[in-house]
Amino acid sequence: MEQDVVILAIESSCDETAASVVRNGREVLSNVISSQIDIHTLYGGVVPEIASRKHTERIDQVVMEALKEAKMTWDDITAIAVTYGPGLVGALLVGVSYAKALAWALHKPLIGVHHIEGHISANYIENTELEPPFMCLVVSGGHSHLVKVADYGKYEILGRTRDDAAGEAFDKVARVIGLGYPGGPKIDKVSYEGNPSAIDFPRPKFADNEYDFSFSGLKSAVLNYLNQLQMKGEDYNQADVAASFQQAVVDVLVGHSMKALDQYGFKKFAIAGGVASNSHLRTAMEEACAKRGVEFFRPSPIFCTDNAAMIGVAAYYEYIAGLRSDWDLNAVPNLKLGER
Amino acid sequence: MIYDSFCSEDTFELGKRIGEEATEGSVYTLVGDLGVGKTVFTQGLAAGLGITEAVNSPTFTIVQVYDEGRLPFYHFDVYRIGDSEEMYEVGYEEYVYGDGVSLIEWANLIEDILPTHYTSVLIEKDLDRGFDYRRITIEEI
Repeated sequence: MEQDVVILAIESSCDETAASVVRNGREVLSNVISSQIDIHTLYGGVVPEIASRKHTERIDQVVMEALKEAKMTWDDITAIAVTYGPGLVGALLVGVSYAKALAWALHKPLIGVHHIEGHISANYIENTELEPPFMCLVVSGGHSHLVKVADYGKYEILGRTRDDAAGEAFDKVARVIGLGYPGGPKIDKVSYEGNPSAIDFPRPKFADNEYDFSFSGLKSAVLNYLNQLQMKGEDYNQADVAASFQQAVVDVLVGHSMKALDQYGFKKFAIAGGVASNSHLRTAMEEACAKRGVEFFRPSPIFCTDNAAMIGVAAYYEYIAGLRSDWDLNAVPNLKLGER
Repeated sequence: MIYDSFCSEDTFELGKRIGEEATEGSVYTLVGDLGVGKTVFTQGLAAGLGITEAVNSPTFTIVQVYDEGRLPFYHFDVYRIGDSEEMYEVGYEEYVYGDGVSLIEWANLIEDILPTHYTSVLIEKDLDRGFDYRRITIEEI
């Protein structure tokens, strides 16, 4: 009988301090997330210094809890995995330093994982039949990528944002229409009471790469719309603005994804990242995929948000491919996907 | 100097001109409300330095570094910084006192740690002159 590969994974790239134990790449034995969202609500976003200080305070407890929930001891752990980029450098360093110390002390291999690769891999957890190749859209507060997943650990980026990430646009628009933080879930919810075609916001495209995204102009269009009403002394309808803005984002994300599916002929499509929890986006993607006879995959919301289980899954495939990190592994705040 | 911009292309072109003239160690501060075109101005400045890759919002990582232009370009967005001291965590001093060109969005939030000399860029709307009009004030400090 082959021996189990049990990975203890750590994630601390942004808001969340998280640890998880994953067996053989697909079986999540524990998934502990300590969110800092309450603190950040006060500031309307991620505050980097607070982020790293809180990571330091929580990481020990979170890792121990993950081990305990999984009913594992250190002896059962095959390797230690950690997110080393992209993210906030101070926050990443907490996880990287902790993982290195742990791996060194326990004489276990260390595996550095790309945060986006983790998000993509989150799809493997509940969809045990999903295997590459497939197309994946990763949309979160810090990222918007349309990626061809050729194989485990083999990625090709077709499109990316040229300015703001999709989730960032949600946060900023939510703030200006008085919904507050976190913007994504609040806009998603209030949109059910609004008319998505009330206002025709732009859906930008680029001539030189039809798969690239831009959300900064859309955010400005929302602001211009609000200014115009203000000048006329009129009030705006919060739900209509939210629904129309969200519709523009969803249209662009679905449009780009479907164009890529048509061009490259993939039969499987997955979404990932925090914005993949958006219920309108999920429904629209599901319908568009069904129309093409393409199988649609999405993680549960708990695996869309930043978590360590997804890092453990990605690390498993690196582990079996023989990839290991050296002791000089460092935090790389602007690490590119597909680079090591 | 006050510049009139009537569309985002004007803002981009002004940024590009400044990028073309930027020298080693230049620091630009960029202040203006959400949606006035700070991103567009920055993309122009990057283009003026010869950077072709996309200049993303660094809100997530606080600083993004671009090495492909004629000078290194350090793009900061300090909107989420609560206290100037937090800037040391992202390597602020190494960049700002380094050999590249730095641009700091929302620099008013870290006024106490700005260098003695820098170029201040302020972008403002003036709705009396139309929705797309922007007054761009550039001053040597």
